[in-house]
Amino acid sequence: MSPTTIFSPESSAARMIFDLSLLVYVVCTVIFVVVSALLIYALVKYRKRRGDETREPAQIFGSKQIELAWTIIPIIIVLVLFLSSVRVIAATQDAKMPPGTIEVNVVGHQYWWEYRYPGLGVVTANELHIPTSDPAKPTPTLLHLYSADANHSYWVPRLAGKTDLIPNHPNQLWFDPEKPGLYLGQCAQYCGVQHAKMLLRVYVHSPDDFRRWIEEQKEPARQVDTVARGRELFERTNCMNCHTIAGTPATGRFGPDLTHLMSRETLAAGIVPNNRDNLRAWIKDPNSLKPGSLMPAIAFDDAELDAVTDYLMTLR
Amino acid sequence: MTTESLVLPAAAAPEKTWLERAHAWVTTVDHKRLGIMYIVFALVCLVVGGLEATIIRLQLMKAHANVVSPEVFNELFTMHGTTMIFFVAMPIMFGAANYLAPLMIGARDMAFPRLNAFTFWLTVFGAALLYYSLLGGYGLYGDAFAPNVGWFAYAPLTAKTFSRGHSNDYWTLALLVSGFGSVGTAINVIATIFSQRCRGMTLGRMPLAVWLFLVMCVLVLFTLTPLTAAQLMLLVDRYLGGHFFDAQAGGSAVLWMHFFWVFGHPEVYVLALPAYGFLSEIIQVFSRKAIFGYPAMVAASIVIAFISMSVWAHHMFSVGMTSYGNTFFVITTMAISVPTGIKIFNWLATIWGGKVDFKVPMLWAIAFLFQFLVAGLTGVMLACAPLDWHLTNSYFVVAHFHYVIVGALFMAVFGAFYFWYPKVVGRMLSEKLGRWHFWLFVIGFHLTFDFMHIPGFLGMPRRIYTYEPGRGWDVWNVIIGIGVLFQGVGTLILVFNLIRSAKKGKPAGNDPWDAWTLEWSTSSPPPEYNFATLPVVRSRRPLWDLKHPEDPDWKYE
Repeated sequence: MSPTTIFSPESSAARMIFDLSLLVYVVCTVIFVVVSALLIYALVKYRKRRGDETREPAQIFGSKQIELAWTIIPIIIVLVLFLSSVRVIAATQDAKMPPGTIEVNVVGHQYWWEYRYPGLGVVTANELHIPTSDPAKPTPTLLHLYSADANHSYWVPRLAGKTDLIPNHPNQLWFDPEKPGLYLGQCAQYCGVQHAKMLLRVYVHSPDDFRRWIEEQKEPARQVDTVARGRELFERTNCMNCHTIAGTPATGRFGPDLTHLMSRETLAAGIVPNNRDNLRAWIKDPNSLKPGSLMPAIAFDDAELDAVTDYLMTLR
Repeated sequence: MTTESLVLPAAAAPEKTWLERAHAWVTTVDHKRLGIMYIVFALVCLVVGGLEATIIRLQLMKAHANVVSPEVFNELFTMHGTTMIFFVAMPIMFGAANYLAPLMIGARDMAFPRLNAFTFWLTVFGAALLYYSLLGGYGLYGDAFAPNVGWFAYAPLTAKTFSRGHSNDYWTLALLVSGFGSVGTAINVIATIFSQRCRGMTLGRMPLAVWLFLVMCVLVLFTLTPLTAAQLMLLVDRYLGGHFFDAQAGGSAVLWMHFFWVFGHPEVYVLALPAYGFLSEIIQVFSRKAIFGYPAMVAASIVIAFISMSVWAHHMFSVGMTSYGNTFFVITTMAISVPTGIKIFNWLATIWGGKVDFKVPMLWAIAFLFQFLVAGLTGVMLACAPLDWHLTNSYFVVAHFHYVIVGALFMAVFGAFYFWYPKVVGRMLSEKLGRWHFWLFVIGFHLTFDFMHIPGFLGMPRRIYTYEPGRGWDVWNVIIGIGVLFQGVGTLILVFNLIRSAKKGKPAGNDPWDAWTLEWSTSSPPPEYNFATLPVVRSRRPLWDLKHPEDPDWKYE
């Protein structure tokens, strides 16, 4: 099964849409079958037959009753679909968030996602971690959506419909998955060259696992003496202008926070597994993995590259 | 009206040289020649836009394919969309209106023949500007060599920050210039229909096709204005330091969306309305029956045009409007399905009790009916805002609007080609090649666009130059790609048929289909002055009255 199908909803927002969609599919299918059947019947029954060349059929110019009927029946169908849609609109858009809501600020960047948990003091990128929500005691996640540059759109089909991230136009989106797991999606609003490689990964944990993850993320970056050379290179070059590593002088905000880089499973907005080879290749030349990425290639020689990679590998 | 089609003998003129003939075409103000040029121009652009689509589909045949670079891919879908909407669909419809409207209302030409020529050349110039970006768009930063912001060019990607070269300026200028052309043509068609009708041709007796040209052109006047305004504002942003859409300086990206879609949605109906017109004429003639419920058909067209101007933000359900805003656009969008339903049912009722002759134009009309039904129903799905939160900007919506534009609109246009070609050229298109074209194209269409809905359900967004394996999208994209091949071959057969039949087709005579509207009363092709004596009509089907003096329409209307 596709991991991004809309037919396998796992949160109440997505489930409401799914239930509505079933009604819509049924109504539309019935209309299609009835109208096509009439059409096929008319075409077959009233086809031109042999030996019928000269006769013109009876000319009928219209019928008020019949035309009224096929005006009123669609109006009724439209009203039904409209009212069922409005219920779902109100239930999702105007839902009151309970006290246990996890709030996350999401900032779309040209071609990656920034996640900030203002209440919890955590900053991360590209992989969203949230707790499951128990219907008895709901802890939904409310995303505040912002953009740093172009328009983006947040779409994890199994959790919710999409909502755009637009500069100067803050939006909101919420979901409350009950099952732990990894939910995938990707940017759904064209945002530039690498729109295709702005993948979304939402990790849903049990509340305990989520608390553990938060505690780990709150720690400042590890200091490992064996990689002092790499750290020095990082802090002496452009790297620190764009990246933050908590507990060090690196406080850049343009690129992803790297404090716990190695706790993430993927690199560059979900496009490759986060391992030493890919990390090194990425630092060497981001364009080799993602042509059009805004991160510049810094002219490290091989030894420097290894040192920086080793340093970053310690940021768990 | 006169019973015979009187044609004045042409003054004996010496054979013209190639250059003289070319000069005559370039300088012509004859509505028929301009109509033909619109359509030839649109067909050339259709082939270009089709090739662009073919490369897009090749690139998406498998995950992580590398047929073109991401930059080129983004340019391709921008150029494909812009070309197909502004330089294929619009000119075809304007070409048809140009050619047919004066003939169908018994006029000698358009109201403003020279404006007519001017607006045609503006359209051509617009297309030239768009493609000139390939040469001239290489800006200081070498940012892109063709427009790369998508056909609706959302702000702030169009701001200087994100689009530094000149390529997107060519996009802006192309639409600005061709937009002036469209407005001029619309004024011209409206003036023609209001002032040039022959004696007896009241508004209530106009053929439906003419009614739909009229409604389309009124809609053009209303909807191209915001687009033009937005293009000017964008130019102000980019070159005079304005901040309408420049989000980095406090401008509004959402404002651009409103401007664009308040044009963009009615635009769909600008293209669809004349297609309804073609369909109404074709179905009448090949079912051998008068249109069922003429007043309702006219009313439905006007209502569609009216409502279409209040539905634009259904393109923006995911933009984060309030629940009240979303609710409003749900009901207006769904409301449009009522008059549209009336049209489908009236066409069905026209076929009902008729004598359906499955000639090629009618085949296209039938394909239109089924596909338009599907497109309408997927439109209803998209109108449910919550479902749209999933489906908008996914491949589902791409499938939906291609169903409308290719499945409905183009099928009607192809039907119109086979129907009116004999009038325009004086020779019949080959029925045999026509059937080949029909079946190849329809099969290809369904392979491509039926299966395109599925990756949308499975989470595939539009405008991605490649995708990840393991999402369940691969196989559908292969089928979609195969369909393109069929449509391509079908289109080539059409082009071949159009060219070949001009020389070798069976002579058509004035009225090959035994039809009922005025254009069939004059010779094929019509003389420059259309009618030697202007006709006088007493009903909606003047030629029926002529052919059936014992049972004329005017007794019943």
